[in-house]
This record gives sequence, structure tokens and C-alpha cells, in this order.
Amino acid sequence: MRFAVIRFGGSNCDLDTVHVLEDVIGVPTDLVWYRDGLQRAYDAVVLPGGFSYGDYLRAGAIAARTPIMADLLRHASAGGLVLGICNGAQIGAESGLVPGIFTRNEVPRFVCRPAYVRVETTESPFTLLYKRGDVIRLPVAHGEGRYVAPAETVARLNRDRRVAFRYCDADGRVTPAANPNGSVDGIAGVLSEHRNVLVMMPHPERASELVLGSEDGRRIFESMVAHCCRNGKA
Amino acid sequence: MECDVTITIALKEGMLDPEARAIQTALDHLGIPVLSLSTARRFRLRLEAETREEAEARAREACERLLANPVIHRYEIEVA
Repeated sequence: MRFAVIRFGGSNCDLDTVHVLEDVIGVPTDLVWYRDGLQRAYDAVVLPGGFSYGDYLRAGAIAARTPIMADLLRHASAGGLVLGICNGAQIGAESGLVPGIFTRNEVPRFVCRPAYVRVETTESPFTLLYKRGDVIRLPVAHGEGRYVAPAETVARLNRDRRVAFRYCDADGRVTPAANPNGSVDGIAGVLSEHRNVLVMMPHPERASELVLGSEDGRRIFESMVAHCCRNGKA
Repeated sequence: MECDVTITIALKEGMLDPEARAIQTALDHLGIPVLSLSTARRFRLRLEAETREEAEARAREACERLLANPVIHRYEIEVA
């Protein structure tokens, strides 16, 4: 089993993500510079957080048009896992891996604080070790995290259980007050049609060790490993 | 021929524009009240094309594939 983390110019959560995958979860992980392309097969590829291209044009828009994305789309079409975190989520949405867009927060302010999210489905390679309805606490840190999609797309995502996480309060209630950025329906994470791509604004890699205050995010990475093991890739 | 193309990209009608709202509030603070305010972004391109139609088509492709995001944006193209 081997994972990759793609580093773009301006990524800044790449090393944290590699650290969690290699040192906490124990998965061999390559840090791949975006200009080098994906030169081998991977079980999962992570698009890390940061400010690729300084958020020029729209957050994630330029990184989403770099040549390595053709490799990533091929990987995803073949069923490989893709996890986009924060700027990685913006890149994933801009590249069409999932519908919709993450745009300017409702209150035009950079939000940087812990947020509660509710696990909405366990039917995905990223959430299979959680229980549906679990409330977990993950840090958010973004200025452009408001999920927007046409009403019919949101309805389809809800119907197909492709909303992986929703912002909520400590008791799991999805309320406007618990929504840090004004995302439609409190959406914090979205799955692709075939459920092998998850993009999410909260940072599970910053909540994977007790020393950092929460281990709630670790099960996302552990779920990915469990999924790959079930598929016979030890 | 060389064509000058101006592309204006704005949020679709009804889309929340937090930036515009903040700017309008700042104008209020300056004692310059306005009834409404919206923002747009303008791109100026010079490109080589045989016809104006070709220039417009290329500008349209630039909008569709990069400059605008169809989920939230509309765009206008003017070929000089």
C-alpha cells in the first residue's frame, strides 16, 4: 500500500499530512512535487491544505489546471482514492472531481477555530470506521470555505448520501450558528459520484494526535487504509 | 489580426457577495451611503485571430475553462 501527497507551490499542510500518514497511521507515503506528475500507481492521493498559487483567481483554480491533475483524474477514474483537504478541497471542486465550489465565507473573514462536524454517512472509504451521527471536532482554517452548488445538485447530494460531513454543534444539531462559513445545508465535506473522492474543508490531519488536542480526524485516514486492505492491498 | 478583448466576470444574479457587502459597509462608515453595490472582475486580453468571431470564441473558451466558475459566475465578452 502506498499513498501520495501532492505538493503545489503554496501548499503548507503537505508535511503535516505526510507526518500523519507515515508516522501516525504507518502508511508509506510519497511527497510528490506537482511538476513531477504521478509517476507510479498509488492507492490514495491526498491534496493537502495551503494557498496554492496564492489563491489567485479563485482558491484552487490554478492548481486545478496543472498537468498533474490529468494524472489525478486518471487515478480517480480507475477507482483510486482522493482526499482533498481545505485548499485540496477547493482544488478538487475546481477540477470537477466533485460538483459545486468552495467560495468566500458568508462573513468575509478568515475563520480559524475548532468546528464540530457530524458524520453523515459511513458508506465511503473515508468514513467507514465512524458511526453515522458521530460528532467529531476538527479545526477549520479558511477564508473561502462556503460550499455553493445549484439547488438540484444539493438535493442530489443529500439524496445519494454524498454529504460526508455537516457542520453542527457539540450535540450534533445542524444550526446556522454552528456553520462557520455559510455553506449550503451546513455541508463540510462532499463525496464524488463513485464515493472514491472526498473533499472537505476541516483539517483531519490537525486532529490525529492527542498532543494536538483531538484524535477525531484520524479515523478518516484509518478508514482509507481499512478500505485498501479490504480490497487486498496490504 | 490582433484583437483586444475585454472579459467581465461577475457573480450570477442572487449570489451572495460578501466582499460587496463589506465594501458597502465601509462606504457607509465614510458617510457615502449607496443603495446597492456589486463587484466584478475585468480581464483585458490581446490575442491573434483571423476574425472577431474567432477572438470571441477563444475568449469564451478561456471563460468556460478557467476565468469563470459556472456554478457562481456569469461573464460578458467584448471584442474591440
